[in-house]
Amino acid sequence: MIRLLVKDCGAGTTVQDGGRFGYQRYGVGPAGAMDRIALAVANMLVGNEPGEAAVEFTVLGGNFVVEGGPVRVALAGAFADLKIDGEAVPPLTSATALDGQSVTVGAAKAGTFMVLAVSGGVAVKRDLGSRSFHLRGGLGGLDRTPVRPGQVLPVGGTPQGPDLVATVAPQVSAGAFRVVLGPQDDYFTPAGIATFLGETYRVSAEADRMGYRLSGPAIEHAKGFNIVSDGIVTGSVQVPGSGEPIVLLADRQTTGGYPKIATIVSADLPRFVQQRPGGEMRFTAVTLAEAIAAARDQAAMLAAVRAGLKPAGLGLDTEHLLSVNLVDGWVDAHAPPAEPPLHSAA
Amino acid sequence: MGAPIPRFLPCGDTAVTVEFGTEIDDGLNALCLVFDAALAEAAIPGVIETLPTYRSVLVQVDPLVIDMPAFETRVHEILAGLATDGRPPRRWIIPVVYGGEFGIDLEDVARSHGLTTEEIIRRHSSRTYRVAMLGFLPGFCYLSGADPSIALPRRTSPRLKTPAGTVSIGGVQALFASVEAPSGWHLLGRTPVRNFMPDRDPVFLVGAGDEVVFRPIPAADWDALDAAAAAGEPVAELVAA
Repeated sequence: MIRLLVKDCGAGTTVQDGGRFGYQRYGVGPAGAMDRIALAVANMLVGNEPGEAAVEFTVLGGNFVVEGGPVRVALAGAFADLKIDGEAVPPLTSATALDGQSVTVGAAKAGTFMVLAVSGGVAVKRDLGSRSFHLRGGLGGLDRTPVRPGQVLPVGGTPQGPDLVATVAPQVSAGAFRVVLGPQDDYFTPAGIATFLGETYRVSAEADRMGYRLSGPAIEHAKGFNIVSDGIVTGSVQVPGSGEPIVLLADRQTTGGYPKIATIVSADLPRFVQQRPGGEMRFTAVTLAEAIAAARDQAAMLAAVRAGLKPAGLGLDTEHLLSVNLVDGWVDAHAPPAEPPLHSAA
Repeated sequence: MGAPIPRFLPCGDTAVTVEFGTEIDDGLNALCLVFDAALAEAAIPGVIETLPTYRSVLVQVDPLVIDMPAFETRVHEILAGLATDGRPPRRWIIPVVYGGEFGIDLEDVARSHGLTTEEIIRRHSSRTYRVAMLGFLPGFCYLSGADPSIALPRRTSPRLKTPAGTVSIGGVQALFASVEAPSGWHLLGRTPVRNFMPDRDPVFLVGAGDEVVFRPIPAADWDALDAAAAAGEPVAELVAA
């Protein structure tokens, strides 16, 4: 059995996959990787399906020792160093760590969530169809715990074929976060909606996998701030009595009684989750058709990344890749060409 | 059943709320559950999962697969052909230790209403509740049918931690929790019943549409029942199926 012995890791380190679906009717939220694009890209680089279970880090990295055979690894998401026995693995590249070698993920230099994929995925037991750890539900992960020093994470398989490099860099959107108004935008005054769409908000210190509380100008309710509880989705922007919005994320509750002014479009969520406390943001309303088009564009982007995968170290010039700014992890799809691309978390 | 006209409320590009009303109402809730079942039977491409609530059904979708206009048309067809649910509800008897360390707000609730704690227990345990929905956290049951004479608004400051099995009231709603959670409701008692146990078959006992009756038990019975429940026994008694 191939495995990763956890020598050290930050407290916010968990096993996450594409999410747990089908149980929201019983109160079980989806969990899953905060940054779906990071999960998909890291998995592609090691030859996995995009939703395979991986190790997710929150700001702080970790250190592992490979036992029992070779493991192919790749890191994506927030900008951090990946090293095998102290030797740097270039960004957007997978590399193979041999039995006894160490795999080290550094702290995030920008952004919040890193995803370390391993060949065959992290093979912990599935709970209700998913390996994603969910603290409140007591589900997933290894023994239903976060990843902790001393644990031994089972690895799903040996590396197949060569290590890979992404010659097409994943791109994320830029600028204001796009939202579709609703489902309860009628619980807000026109002035309240104008505040939400016109002002700048900041991620508060209360930000975790459940949701990010934002600080900024209070949003005016039109008819109180209680509704009869109804369903919530990832990206829902609910506005409690304080008037300051809360964006609900992967470990959210399934239902809630505060009105929801808008929902962040799925294509912008990977960039949203990479914001750090203090990070400023604005919101802009788009139509449902525009939101679906954005989801389509993002799927096409991922398909292009996959199509652009090439064997690593076969004459491909790493220096060239670095020169096109893959070093920052993600490339900003809308950045002016004259400026260096911004990281997703910028 | 007629053909109510729902509102389609967008929840971004990954979900839509099919809303039948905005109030707590058993008829409305029953409609949501019947519609939810019919929706599952229709197996519409692009629908990932659904979540019925008091008054709406959240439909989680794959935006790259679903055809929204066709979905709305299909919903109208389903509603036009909806039959009344003939299945009698399942009824569960849930043992509860009231008051003391098990229900730390019982005396306050009694004081607020000028009633004895015995009378609060009597009024709380003499009702048949309907499970309107499960939500918030795994296995949490939102119950309708509480006695309005013992209703109280939610506490002004929620407790950050209430134990698994908490039986509480908030407004005219009643709650039966299954995992430790923050709560702004008033804690009347605690049940050893685990409505959610990931290693048990079934993982969830009580579901939406079921009925629940609370039966007061002495604190002396707690340890034995709690141990049985921890070992995977339902402890809740199913009296109608």
